[in-house]
Amino acid sequence: MAVTPSDAQSEHRLRDLAPRVLGAIIRRFRDFANAEDAVQEALLAAAIQWPREGYPDNPQAWLIQVASRRMYDYKRTELARQRRETAASAELENLAPAAGIAIETDQDDTLILLFMCCHPALTPPSAIALTLRAVGGLTTAEIASAFLVPEATMAQRISRAKQSIKASGVPFRLPTNHERTQRLRAVLHVLYLIFNEGYTSSAGPQLQRFDLSDEAIRLTRAVHNLLPDDAEVAGLLALMLLTDARRAARTGGDGELIPLTKQDRTLWDREKIDAGLALLTATLPKGSVGAYQLQAAIAALHDEAARAEDTDWPQILALYDLLKRMSDNPMVMLNRAIAAAMVHGPSAGLDLLGALDADGRLTGHHRLDAVRAHLLELAGDHQAAIAHYRLAAGRTTSLPERNYLMTQAALLRETHRD
Amino acid sequence: MKYILMMNCPKDGYDWFASLPKKDIQAHIAFMHSLNKSLRESGELVSTEGLADPKQAKIVRAGKDGAPVTDGVFPEAKEFLAGYWIVDVETPEQAYAIAARASAAPGPGGVPSNMPIEVRQVMSSAPTEWL
Repeated sequence: MAVTPSDAQSEHRLRDLAPRVLGAIIRRFRDFANAEDAVQEALLAAAIQWPREGYPDNPQAWLIQVASRRMYDYKRTELARQRRETAASAELENLAPAAGIAIETDQDDTLILLFMCCHPALTPPSAIALTLRAVGGLTTAEIASAFLVPEATMAQRISRAKQSIKASGVPFRLPTNHERTQRLRAVLHVLYLIFNEGYTSSAGPQLQRFDLSDEAIRLTRAVHNLLPDDAEVAGLLALMLLTDARRAARTGGDGELIPLTKQDRTLWDREKIDAGLALLTATLPKGSVGAYQLQAAIAALHDEAARAEDTDWPQILALYDLLKRMSDNPMVMLNRAIAAAMVHGPSAGLDLLGALDADGRLTGHHRLDAVRAHLLELAGDHQAAIAHYRLAAGRTTSLPERNYLMTQAALLRETHRD
Repeated sequence: MKYILMMNCPKDGYDWFASLPKKDIQAHIAFMHSLNKSLRESGELVSTEGLADPKQAKIVRAGKDGAPVTDGVFPEAKEFLAGYWIVDVETPEQAYAIAARASAAPGPGGVPSNMPIEVRQVMSSAPTEWL
């Protein structure tokens, strides 16, 4: 028996095993919904028994065995019920476990499971919850507390997601080449949503929440290890690392938002920045450039500036031009307006906002009002800036953001009584 | 996105409810019970509470030394919170649909009461990073 690892280490190692164990159980029993429950119970048993009784030599085999036993229990209960109903069969005997269960364990089913949990038949909240449990190995209670909903609510959400998967009849295998790109995009989107949800936890009310950003990074890294040549997977991982690197500087002592330009850059996590840059450098020359890589490249340009005024805005503007050509997303147009203002002056940015007004998709969105307020402030039109900061404050649904916008308006009011 | 659905009533609303025939009261309670159960099972319910009679409400202010100074509720107030639901849904329309279900709770004679339900978004979404 090896040295007892620290709690955090062993917890991570345990959760790394979750998708492998689940894959093995699904292959053997062909029943995703029950297999998922069985693996959860095995993980819980391990979390209790291992620290007390010592770590098994082969943790994966241990988990597979415990989960399999649980599956036989389920099947037995199911058969007993069927027998009561139909007075049937000695099928139970055929299910008796062979001495020393041999299940192939060299396969990593993380990818297949991710494709399954992020199936387009599921709504994003269901896909997120199921991914965190089946692939992330988190308990329902942990996921519920991360999303600030009661455990019973989250349990229902997960169980309904499993029913949808069952109803959709998705086979337990990798998608065909034909549908693979689409499906991988859905997986990356779910991982991206989990990462973004982590933003809420760092800024929300002071409650104990599981760190979703860390979890998203861990899962995306697992996908990257399995698909090292996929440039968009690497791009997404780089984007997460380069954004998360600024976490400590993003909020102040009272949970207040600190804008990028005012952040204490010495608080940025150098290790994460370097890891993100290395990923980008390795993938950019590989040909086709995707949206995640471009966003990562923009994050990298911010991270590489020692001071806000050193930011390479012309390069950022060029990257937003590329992004805009790639996707017709009004948020990209909005960010591009900021970059244009930094390169060509606030009036150039305000002109682009005019185009967004005409576009209409961001009408009434607080972010459009807030960017307009910021550019009006840069242009020296303080009264109009105050009005738009207040408009944005009234429209955001993020409490720290509202506080920031109201403070900006008040600051302008007091410093420019014109 | 989370929404709070607020059910309001006048100050004597609880007396009015208590004066209804027993079967109407029971029908209303059964309706609310089944609505809550259904919201829990659909994975949408965050929390729900019914509040005590507004006549017991107190308005509290900090007095000297921070000691509480209590007062009755404002006599001019017309509306009081009677209960609320917080739901976690994907679109505002889903919140409105749940509010409409609550609004149809049976009143006198088992007829849908169509009481007004105030729907407000809870400020819990993620902030954007500011330049």
